[in-house]
Amino acid sequence: MTQQATPENEKTVESKVETNAEKNAIYKELAWQGLWKNNPGIVQLLGLCPLLAVTNTVTNALGLAIATLFVLVASNTLVSMIRHHVPKAIRIPIFVMIIASLVTCVQLLMNAFTYELYLSLGIFIPLIVTNCIIIGRAEAFASKNGVKHAAFDGLMMGLGFSAVLLLLGATREVLAQGTLFDGIETLLGDWSSFLTITLYHTETSFLLAALPPGAFIIMGLIIALKNAIDARGENE
Amino acid sequence: MAFINASSPHQRTRRSSSQIMVLVMLCLIPGIALQSYFFGISNLLQILLAGIVALSAEAFILKLRKRPIINTLKDGSALLTAILIAISIPPLAPWWIVVIGTLFAIIFVKQLYGGLGQNLFNPAMAAYVLLLISFPVQMTAWLPMLSLQPFELSFLDQLNTLLTGQTLDGYSVAQLSVKIDGLTMATPLDTLKNSLKSGFTSTEIFDSASFKAASAQAILWVNLGFLFGGAILLAKRVIHWMIPISFLLGITIFSFIAFAYQPDLNGSPLFHLLSGATMLGAFFILTDPVSAATTVKGRLLYGFLIAFIVVLIRNVGGYPDAIAFAVLLGNMCVPLIDYYTQPKVYGGKA
Repeated sequence: MTQQATPENEKTVESKVETNAEKNAIYKELAWQGLWKNNPGIVQLLGLCPLLAVTNTVTNALGLAIATLFVLVASNTLVSMIRHHVPKAIRIPIFVMIIASLVTCVQLLMNAFTYELYLSLGIFIPLIVTNCIIIGRAEAFASKNGVKHAAFDGLMMGLGFSAVLLLLGATREVLAQGTLFDGIETLLGDWSSFLTITLYHTETSFLLAALPPGAFIIMGLIIALKNAIDARGENE
Repeated sequence: MAFINASSPHQRTRRSSSQIMVLVMLCLIPGIALQSYFFGISNLLQILLAGIVALSAEAFILKLRKRPIINTLKDGSALLTAILIAISIPPLAPWWIVVIGTLFAIIFVKQLYGGLGQNLFNPAMAAYVLLLISFPVQMTAWLPMLSLQPFELSFLDQLNTLLTGQTLDGYSVAQLSVKIDGLTMATPLDTLKNSLKSGFTSTEIFDSASFKAASAQAILWVNLGFLFGGAILLAKRVIHWMIPISFLLGITIFSFIAFAYQPDLNGSPLFHLLSGATMLGAFFILTDPVSAATTVKGRLLYGFLIAFIVVLIRNVGGYPDAIAFAVLLGNMCVPLIDYYTQPKVYGGKA
């Protein structure tokens, strides 16, 4: 998967910060980039493997979203903190080691506290290491910008990715089983079981939506929707 | 006075797309008529439903794409797709099956790729695969032929089953497919596959009561009906001979190899030729001019390739019939096949 970092991200945003208004403008821009314009899920198309594989229910999507968000914010912060001390030639292995240690923490935590979700996400938790979004942001943004901006960028990119995960997970779960938040108690504990909503009962589930081909089709529709909104915005 | 020395052909007629589609639909009639005779009038209801859905979905998308609606609808391709979907699904499948399939075929497989002439995949078969994967229970509930059924199914019974899933007396399709003696009746290919798994040899299976209850004769007649219609298409030169002939030859050869190797575990070539969707596939599905190969050699290769996949899946795969899967896999190979089989330009270097 190619990495399509736009030039806006690569230039050093902290170089000339003078007024409060400009500071706010930078944060606004970062949020806009991460959530919509340069959304990792539906614009950069990074991290498609977990995106398509685990979004068969909202619970799975939410679990992966939280894990990815945490790793992304933490790795961006750490990479930004050590950016002056890392030799350029070996920066990628170092970034990968940081990300891998963070993912290991997440994996062990999920194993301890949300065991069933850990089982249902399976291989896709350790695979967060290879998620291109994380290494992409570390390389394209965090290694060139200050800690505050890098952390905020990680948060926004993570939220953008989470939004796509949740949307895809919700669409697929409704189509396939007619429910929302099925099995949420495996993630948040028993108190949250009231969140499970059954929209309709069906004896014959629409299996395609739960299978990977359905994920591709629905993902395509979401991207088309985003492009349609953008096109409409340009026309006006 | 000038004499024009042109080489033959001297008289040419070009058929428009809509003429071709109408001819194809007319040639489907014998097969459809036999299928409706054996399996019930609900077959025609499915065609009606699919046709309405296909035309409205096509019109809706054309409006969104700002294309001419009436002219495009008149080419008949949407209607043909609808008919092919409707006759491949079980006649008593609930109404939403055919609606979902037709919507998927027209909107996703055809129009999203750019409409007639642009689709990579055969819309009807893509829809069939979608339905088979998503709704295996409904899509495999082929009832035995009417004369073998324990209950009389009137027209109203069939209409009611299509709409609500139950006959007027309240029998579900699953109950209808079980004979009074408790034997489940499926299609011949189904029965062969399941009985082979339980350890019978194919000779035993072909003689067994459950195979005879599997309406083998009806399916045979339906296949002959499609063969007849296909022969007319060939004679009218609507389709080229390469694909059907190479496909049927391929089925014969490959199933003969399997049959010769282990006659007890595989159906005979004749069985493969006249069961399932072989004839419908050979003349009406593989020959889709949009998604099939276009060169002479390419068409031969395309037919053989699909035949190979069909025999492979039928004999060792998990599904009883495989025309739809094989056609989709064949469609994927078409760009490659066409690329490597371009004929050499006359006088050009080889």
